[in-house]
Amino acid sequence: MNLLLVGTSHRLAPVEVRERVALDAEGAAALSARLANGREAVCLSTCNRTEIYLAADDGYAADREATEALASLGGVAPFELEPYLYRLEQEAAAVHLFRVAAGLDSLVPGEGEILGQVRTAYEHGSVGPMLDRLFRDALHTGKKVRTDTAIAESPGTTSSAAAALAAQVFGDLDGSQIAIVGAGKIGALAARRLIKRGAKLSFVANRTTSRGQLLADELGGEAIPLERVAEVAETADILVSSTGSPDVVLTKSDVAGALPARKGRPLLLIDLAVPRDLDPTINELPDCYLYDIDDLEAVVEETLHGREAEFAKAEAIAVAEADRFRDWLATREVVPVIASIRERAEAIRRGELAKASGRLAGLSERERDAVESLTSQIVNKLLHEPIVRLKEAAVEERHGPENRLEG
Amino acid sequence: MAEQLVWPVLFAYGEAAVAYAGNVRNPGTLGRLATWGVRIGWLAQTALLVVQASRAEAFPWGTWAGSLNLFVWLVVGAYLIWGCSPRFRLLGLTVMPLAAVLLAVSYASGGTRTDEGTSWSDVLLLVHVTFVLAAFAGFTVAGGLAALELWQERALKRHRTGLLRLRLPSLVALDRLTVVTIAVSLAALTAGLIPGFLRVREHGLDVLMGATVAVWALYASILYLRLQSGRRALSASLALSGLGVVIVLQLGLLATHVA
Repeated sequence: MNLLLVGTSHRLAPVEVRERVALDAEGAAALSARLANGREAVCLSTCNRTEIYLAADDGYAADREATEALASLGGVAPFELEPYLYRLEQEAAAVHLFRVAAGLDSLVPGEGEILGQVRTAYEHGSVGPMLDRLFRDALHTGKKVRTDTAIAESPGTTSSAAAALAAQVFGDLDGSQIAIVGAGKIGALAARRLIKRGAKLSFVANRTTSRGQLLADELGGEAIPLERVAEVAETADILVSSTGSPDVVLTKSDVAGALPARKGRPLLLIDLAVPRDLDPTINELPDCYLYDIDDLEAVVEETLHGREAEFAKAEAIAVAEADRFRDWLATREVVPVIASIRERAEAIRRGELAKASGRLAGLSERERDAVESLTSQIVNKLLHEPIVRLKEAAVEERHGPENRLEG
Repeated sequence: MAEQLVWPVLFAYGEAAVAYAGNVRNPGTLGRLATWGVRIGWLAQTALLVVQASRAEAFPWGTWAGSLNLFVWLVVGAYLIWGCSPRFRLLGLTVMPLAAVLLAVSYASGGTRTDEGTSWSDVLLLVHVTFVLAAFAGFTVAGGLAALELWQERALKRHRTGLLRLRLPSLVALDRLTVVTIAVSLAALTAGLIPGFLRVREHGLDVLMGATVAVWALYASILYLRLQSGRRALSASLALSGLGVVIVLQLGLLATHVA
């Protein structure tokens, strides 16, 4: 049985192509079921990729059907879709899926959503022994990469650094209140990132209330004049400021006045403005953590620096797990041989027992069972060593230099 | 022979302490090794305690060294509730070395032997020792959590850029957990003190009893400061200091109490 992958992703196809072949969970399940027809099939479809994994004896036919299915989704002829498709077989397909599950092939490397999408695809797919093992191993790889490396904790921009810091302070951002000071693009971008992680916008404080209202209408929350900014320090968990004001808009005493009402709840203040909007000495107040643009850039720089090492670790995990899958695949190939050896041995055992039936006629039922059990055990013990050796030989053959996996 | 169970426990706890230290620099396999060390060690210690309980003709942890043994088991048990989660592995760095050292002290003082004890029939003593030790174990874990919280607070204030890569529990999660652990432990301490006072008539007052009441007051004020006044950093600092007090009580004054 061959393992085959036919798919397209953000690496090859522009969004106009990707959106035409994208499927929701039900659509992916239906396509998997349609392609399964005597094979195993799983369709993984996200906004960045649509991939069909197949385990089939007839690799060529399976490839053709998968290509036609994708082309028909896109409403184009197969040859038109061809430039955007990639095909991988056997171990290469496995390594690819393990990298995908680890977030190494994502548009935003290390993002966590893909693992859930791989799980959904697996649950909705038409799996048999090979794809079941492949996807379970892929999910294990994804989890292991996220546990053993900091790949998911590597913000690449100042706004994602702000969101990562907020998560470090508050954990799950569900229900955390954000206040934006200044209705500019930079503050809105940071707010969107926080909202995406579950936070809720409560206030938009802006010099021109009508402009603040536009942002409040888009992201939720209430628009208030800039003069009332000190009030939001009482209720907000995260305050993002990015006005064009030449002066400080929030002083240490403003925040200090709000602290008793906060009862020890931390306040994360993100100052994205230059010149700075927030008095730097606010950071000296208890439970207040102030980060300006330089601090955020330092976080980004540090994580980008460490990212390469984390990526190397994650790649190594994906390759090691793919290696294990390859070993399993190798032992699977000798399964028919093992089955036929067992069958032959069993036939000999039964034959010899039949020959001896005359001499065993005087045995009671219990004694007969004991003889059955004894002969079975002897056969199993004799076969154990050669079967283990056969499996090892299959793995070793795969581990030959020409078969070694490359990351 | 059963006493020899202490060696795998000591080895496993020691291995966990070393692996946790290594995990800070190189997260991954070492962290998993540490977690397994804690699990296996705790199971082996459970077996040791079961053997002690079944063989002793009397309550085996009523002595100073015996109570230390039970205390370590409770501390590691409390730690295991969250300690297996990768984000809490740094907490193991504060808890496991302490557990290994205290168990070694207990062993050296005969706390892991199977032939000592005070009367099983003294139910008040059983309740008293079990609850007070459980409370102290909880305070120890709360101290570790508070240490982690204060360290993280400092890192956030000083804008330590590598903080995100350590994948620690969030500041709010650590704060919540510290408060919950202290609240539960305080309830256990209260439950343990009551039978202790009922025995006063028989055994009289001593320094440890006074100190334990002071500990109760300390943790009650920590809860008040945190929940009523919102003094998060101060209450975490006090919880960390409380850890020191608990260890002093456990190692020093307890000897005078049971002597």
